[in-house]
Formats: sequence, C-alpha cells, structure tokens
Amino acid sequence: MVTCTGCALLCDDIEVIVENNRIKEIKNACRRGAARMKGCSNRLVPCVDQKPTDIESSIQKAAQIIRNSKAPMLFGLDNSTCEAQVKGIHFAKKINGILDDTSSFCQGILIERVLAQKFRTCSLDDIRNKADVLVYWGSDAQDSQPRHLSRFSYFPRGELRQRGYEEDRMAIAIDVRESNTAKICKGHFYRIPPKGDREFILALIDALYGKVPAYDTKKMLELAGILKKAEFGAIFVGIGLTYSIKDDFDVLTALAQKLPNFNIMPMVGHYNMRGFNETMFKETGFVNKVKFNGKAVHDIKYSIMESLNEKTADAIVVVGSDPVSSLPGPVLSRLASIPVICIDPCVTMTSKIATVTIPCAVSGLESAGTAVRMDGKVIGLSKIIESEYLTDEEIMERLVEAV
Amino acid sequence: MVTVMELYQLLPRTNCKKCGESTCMAFAVAMLGRKKNVAECTPLLEANFKKQKEKLESLLLPVAGAEETGMIVHPELCTGCGNCVVACPVDVANDPHGAGMGCAPTNDKVIFKVVDGKVLASNIKECRRFGKNKVLCYACIDPCPTGAIEFV
Repeated sequence: MVTCTGCALLCDDIEVIVENNRIKEIKNACRRGAARMKGCSNRLVPCVDQKPTDIESSIQKAAQIIRNSKAPMLFGLDNSTCEAQVKGIHFAKKINGILDDTSSFCQGILIERVLAQKFRTCSLDDIRNKADVLVYWGSDAQDSQPRHLSRFSYFPRGELRQRGYEEDRMAIAIDVRESNTAKICKGHFYRIPPKGDREFILALIDALYGKVPAYDTKKMLELAGILKKAEFGAIFVGIGLTYSIKDDFDVLTALAQKLPNFNIMPMVGHYNMRGFNETMFKETGFVNKVKFNGKAVHDIKYSIMESLNEKTADAIVVVGSDPVSSLPGPVLSRLASIPVICIDPCVTMTSKIATVTIPCAVSGLESAGTAVRMDGKVIGLSKIIESEYLTDEEIMERLVEAV
Repeated sequence: MVTVMELYQLLPRTNCKKCGESTCMAFAVAMLGRKKNVAECTPLLEANFKKQKEKLESLLLPVAGAEETGMIVHPELCTGCGNCVVACPVDVANDPHGAGMGCAPTNDKVIFKVVDGKVLASNIKECRRFGKNKVLCYACIDPCPTGAIEFV
C-alpha cells in the first residue's frame, strides 16, 4: 500500500505494480492520482539561460542570482514534503527573503482561521463515521478531489452511518453552476449568482433564527430546517466560497456559530498545501505572505501578487508550482522581467520562462517523507521507484550551502 | 446510448417476419439485447437499404462490447472516483470492511475495481442484473456524474 499525492486527500490505500523501476499498474487511485503517480512525460533538464547544463552549475548559478538579489522571493513548496518545507523556510530565513505559496490566492485565509481555532473542525474519518449532513459549498469535490465522496463523505458506510448514502446521509451543493458534485446531490442543489454567497449566508442565518429570509424564502427555510436537524454536519468550503467572501470572512464564522453541530473543512487542492500552512504557522505564527528580516513580518504586500505588482521582489525561486499558468496576465509580464529559478520534476509553463531550471525527484514517488492531509492528519509518503534526481529537500540544503 | 426507437426507424418496418420475430419493433428489441444481429434482417441486405444497414451497424458497435448483463463502461468518461465501487450493493455485501467503507477492495469478490484511474467490471455473474432472478438495479449508474456506466 502506498500513498497517492494527486490531491490533498492523500489516499493511502493505493496498490502499485512496479516493473523495471517503472510503475506498470496502479490500483484504486483515481484518474488524477494515477496520472501523477505515472510520473512526468516531459522531464525537466537542468538549464541556465535556456542552455542545458549539469545540476551543479544550475545550483551555483541559482545561488549567484540569489546572492546578487536585494529582495529574493521563495514561492511554492505546496507539492513538496513537510521535511522539504522546513528546509525551504530555513532557506528563506537565511536569504532574508519573502516566502509565499499558492494558499495566498487559495485557501490560506480559511486555513489560518482553522489553525487559530476560530472554526470547529474534525477529521475526515469522523465525517465517514458520523456525518449525516454534508454541504459542498463552492466546491466541486467530485472533480477536484475525485475520491472525496466515495472514500470519506457521501457514499461510504461508517460506524454510526451503516446505511451510507442510501438512507443515513444527505448531500447538499451550493454553487454557481451545476457541477458534477451538484449532479450527485440532485434534489438538494442551491444555485446562487456569482458573488452571491454573502447574501445567501445572511439569509440562511436569518432563517436559522426563525426570521423570514431576505430572498428565496421557501428554499432557504427548507435548507435551514435540514441543517437544524443535523446530528453531525460538515461544510466543505471550496475555493468558490473563499474567493467570494474573502473580504468579509466573519459572516462564515457567524454561520458556524449558529450551527453548533457543524464542522468546517477547507477543501485544499495541492497535496501538501495544508502542510506548508501548518509548518509556517508553527514557525512564524502566520500561514503565508511573510518576509524574514531577523524576524518574520507578515503583510499583504508579501503575497506573490503584490510582490510582483509592486516590484518588491527582484528574483524568485519557484518550487513545485506553476505560477505562469495560474496567475493573471498583467502580473506575468513582471514575473518574466525578473530572474526566475524553477525547481520542478516536469517541464511547466514557468520552467519555459525560467533563467535557471533545477529538476527534482517527484515526491511520494521517487522520494519519501510526510505530508498533511486536508483535515490536518499527517500521512507518510513512500519511495516507490529509484531515481537519480535530487529531492526538494536536498536541493534546498544545497542552495543554503551555496548561498 | 442508442435506443430501440432509433434502431426501429432504420429497419424496413414492413413486419415481414423473415427474421423470425413477429414485428420489426420486436427485432429492434432483440438486436439491442444482442439476441439477433443486423444480418438476420434479409430485406436490409438489398442495395436500397445499404445506408440504413451501415448506420445500424455503427449504432450497434458500442453495444457489442457490453457485458452479459448489458453493462457498458466508457473508459474515456470515467474519472476513477470509485463512487460505483462503494455504492454497488454487491460490493458492500461481499466486502463490508473494504469497498463498503470507501477503502480499497480487500478481496476479489467485488464487481467494480479501479485500475489505472479507470473502473473495470469483473465478477459480472454477481451483478443483480444477472441470472433468472435479476432486478433492475441502478446503484452504479446513479452515483456516476459523468455517465461512464450504462446498461443496454
């Protein structure tokens, strides 16, 4: 049994058949996980200024760029093991750099509140064993975390839910479109307009207090009735909800307080994004957007977007992430104008514009370690095949030495 | 998936009984159930029915790959989520502490397995749609949002 690193569910019941140091067959993993575990089809090669070189020269050139930089930035580490993340934070401290990850434009704001215990939360195993009402809010778990519904939330039979989805559980989807998750929820799909989450929450709170909600009175009272009767509920907060209410997150806190039987679960995308947030929280007290300068300073201007917009960063090290494919166009021209050092197992859009590329091993396949599941449980990753590539952890160590 | 009416529309609709069935509609049902094949309709072999015959053959092509229970799995649509593995009542009865709890199947008695990110059906004789006492079970079709599982 090995662990899949396709998404933040970290399914640890995967069977693999290895032949000649290659994965021949993968059992039980979803399509997303199977694709990740088959490895890269287009492997990155060490390059300096788009010219192939050896790994040592790449690392030396990267160290030289960082030394000459006044405000270097380290971005990513969400697809690295916890051990590599610790080394990454140490590296950022050493270079007095800015450190951020994809959670700054993803679920960071929610995870920070969960870690600060502003929300009740629970483990995915609790949900499997106890949950009877599941709310997928702004989240298409069926496509983003394909085994979420079958392994933990809706379909399986648990200790207190022996009849599983047939009688014991109810799934509710609240989304702007009829996603694949909403199709499974069938009669309990609530379509809201884009950015309509805040009004929906306020109307739902009204309905929970017994007042007449501001809009869609009949459906809102029906939903409030279901939520009130729940014995053990879970709200899976997707990126749709987080983006929509990021300026006024207290409305979700107010809703959670009104629903004492409900737990909040952040739906994390990258397999170890929560690991990065937890490690950062332990070391600095913040989950992301930090600049090290003797001590850790947290500010919105240290997010990847602001650092590039405001030209705060003058060199960037990207580890296991692809900002070129996920950031908006205007920021990318700024990214392309500064030296980019890309550490990744595969060729990505970012590696194509990078000044220096350093290939690394695929974590969870070619290197072992630990990672944190979306509910905060630490899961071990195993090394399945041998590889000549350096791990993220080793590359971070080498960069610290070289700098 | 092709329907009986679509097949019927392409047949000569003369109820000539040459195929052994009493009507062309009965022949269409038999073709969909893989009990008859296109060639058994002799008027279709004539030149003026050439286009209809080709269309019928192309429509029936995916049906040919169906299991004995009529199950067809479309691997190109399957995301390997495993909803069908956990929802199938036979899988739950045969493997309550594995597939029934959402984990990997622990024995070979289950019908559905996910291999290389796509679902594979095996042990088809265990399916509730198989045999004399078959029931019209929809447990694997309903949880599949992509429509990767069908019955003909």
